[in-house]
Amino acid sequence: MSNEIPILQIDLAKQQVVNYRDVLSQTEIDAIEHECSLYESRHAAAIDALQIVQKQRRWISDESLYAIANMLGMSATELEGIATFYNLIYRQPVGEHVIHLCDSISCWLHDYQIIANHLRNTLNIEFGQTTKDGKITLLPNVCLGCCDKAPALMLDGELVESLNIETLDNLMQGLSRGQNG
Amino acid sequence: MDKPLSQYLDLDNPQNLDAYKTTGGYQGFETALNMQPQEVQKQVSDSQLKGRGGAGFMTGIKWSFVPMGKDAPKNKYLVCNADEMEPGTFKDRWLMEGAPHLLIEGMMIAAYAIGADVAYIFLRGEYRLCATRLQQAIDEAEAAGLLGNNINGTQYSLKLHLHTSAGRYICGEETALINALEGKRANPRAKPPFPQVVGLFGRPTIVNNCETLCNLPGILKNGSQWYAELSGGPDAGTKIYGISGRVKNAGLWELPMGTTARHILELSGSMQDNLTLRGWLPGGASTDFLLPEHLDTRMEYDAISKVGSRMGTGVMIVLDDKHCPVGMILNLLKFFAQESCGWCTPCRDGLPWAVEILSRIEDGQGTQDDLDALQQLCGFMWIGKTFCALAPGAVEPLRSGMKYFADDFQQHIDHKGCPHGH
Ligand SMILES: Cc1cc2nc3c(=O)[nH]c(=O)nc-3n(C[C@H](O)[C@H](O)[C@H](O)COP(=O)(O)O)c2cc1C
Ligand code: SF4
Ligand code: FES
Repeated sequence: MSNEIPILQIDLAKQQVVNYRDVLSQTEIDAIEHECSLYESRHAAAIDALQIVQKQRRWISDESLYAIANMLGMSATELEGIATFYNLIYRQPVGEHVIHLCDSISCWLHDYQIIANHLRNTLNIEFGQTTKDGKITLLPNVCLGCCDKAPALMLDGELVESLNIETLDNLMQGLSRGQNG
Repeated sequence: MDKPLSQYLDLDNPQNLDAYKTTGGYQGFETALNMQPQEVQKQVSDSQLKGRGGAGFMTGIKWSFVPMGKDAPKNKYLVCNADEMEPGTFKDRWLMEGAPHLLIEGMMIAAYAIGADVAYIFLRGEYRLCATRLQQAIDEAEAAGLLGNNINGTQYSLKLHLHTSAGRYICGEETALINALEGKRANPRAKPPFPQVVGLFGRPTIVNNCETLCNLPGILKNGSQWYAELSGGPDAGTKIYGISGRVKNAGLWELPMGTTARHILELSGSMQDNLTLRGWLPGGASTDFLLPEHLDTRMEYDAISKVGSRMGTGVMIVLDDKHCPVGMILNLLKFFAQESCGWCTPCRDGLPWAVEILSRIEDGQGTQDDLDALQQLCGFMWIGKTFCALAPGAVEPLRSGMKYFADDFQQHIDHKGCPHGH
């Protein structure tokens, strides 16, 4: 939140020289090709491709972006317009673990701010930042769809519900001991 | 009471194909396969099923605009809208995690009825467990020959794919969803042409909500008469109702359409100790506030409209007396401002402006002029002034909140601060 928004620069000259085979692994290429086969156009696999590569590399670097664009036959700026549109595509490096804390209405009614402040204090970072050791990134998220068990967060894609300070501390200790990794 | 949806529900250990079949699963689809597609459409029309995605449009009528017959385009699509991102709404997740085969069967019936040969589930990215369970169900159905070529020895073939999105509320709007599926930026499209005629990849397309589709197996198996009689009122069938906020047991229940809001509140054990109900949203963040005096309203489309709100998703959010109405509205508007796709000016600029003003009022810096400006903004972002329904949806809790909680707004201004200490 307090993080500065980076100015995104697409190097069009560089885009021309990136061949996706030099950047993406065979596993990534196969998975993306499979997604392409499910739609009438290769472009339609863009969001799947971004997720496939992000799963392997944690985030989408410029190089990955150029490579995916090259593979799908679209321009890098077009793909950038899609990548930056979505909350769950990371265009900056993230930590080993990513926490998305819900800040929507039912969690607000359950005072999620107490959880938010505890996380900021424990991790010593603001939302949008990564701990110095590169372990944990803290991000806000819109309603996670478990409003009946608010407050809630998503840790590395897994929902953690009915949060309180105690469950949060246990979770953090688990992370620093290297569990869930 | 019949529970055509939740009778199949098992959240810990959802039914596999065999278990689902033993309890009557896929009988609705088999019934449909023995009928002409138009007959299936008619049965759904007769059932009076209304879409559960928020607008409450009659499903049968929606389908009837799809070109049918020999001259119709060869490729048509069915899409399940499972992008559930309306704050305070968690009903589709419940259905997909607990009864994945019910959704698959519902989609097969809908696809057959409109003559689609490819179907997609558009699932929000955060719903990982849904994704695993749905993929498992699809794989099982494929292996059993229920999906694929020449299903049950008929001429009908259908492929069904799971598409996981990556988190953006506007993707739930059906034309934005179509753009998103095509790999484009998810801005809504101008209508007409309507998706039923020119949709995904330019072909006839139906987008239905997940819960809508889950109603189809029961309708085909038991008939439209049975379905209409499930409820005692004008809206047919059952509904997944729910509640969240400071109640004792938040949750979801399948109940006859037209159940009163008071009954749903009572099922949740009512407000937590020492808390009093101040207001409630009937169906998600984009519906108008109602008051405790409206609790006896039947949760059905017309009845809720009459008292000045909307059914929306039918999952209620309650505001208690320890939380600030201005703070609640600010939280809702922040969501809409962040999720605006930015395509049209009233929404792109109006929502952040509303957030700025509301923050000022909540912080005790607000003036009388700010209240007028907020009222004006409600007008600028109302239906017809914006490209899609996101901005008018954001206006709903704002305008009704300003009306019902006018004293709270005034207190913030007069006493230069939030009486709730926010
Ligand atoms: C901003 C916005 C978000 C929406 N999100 C959803 C959603 O997540 N799920 C859904 O089913 N409908 C959503 N809708 C409604 C859809 O546009 C559409 O009306 C619905 O999917 C139709 O399905 P139904 O006829 O079965 O109700 C949204 C609409 C708007 C304007
Ligand atoms: S109303 Fe908002 S979300 Fe809808 S098209 Fe306009 S800017 Fe986009
Ligand atoms: S509001 Fe937090 S999970 Fe829905």
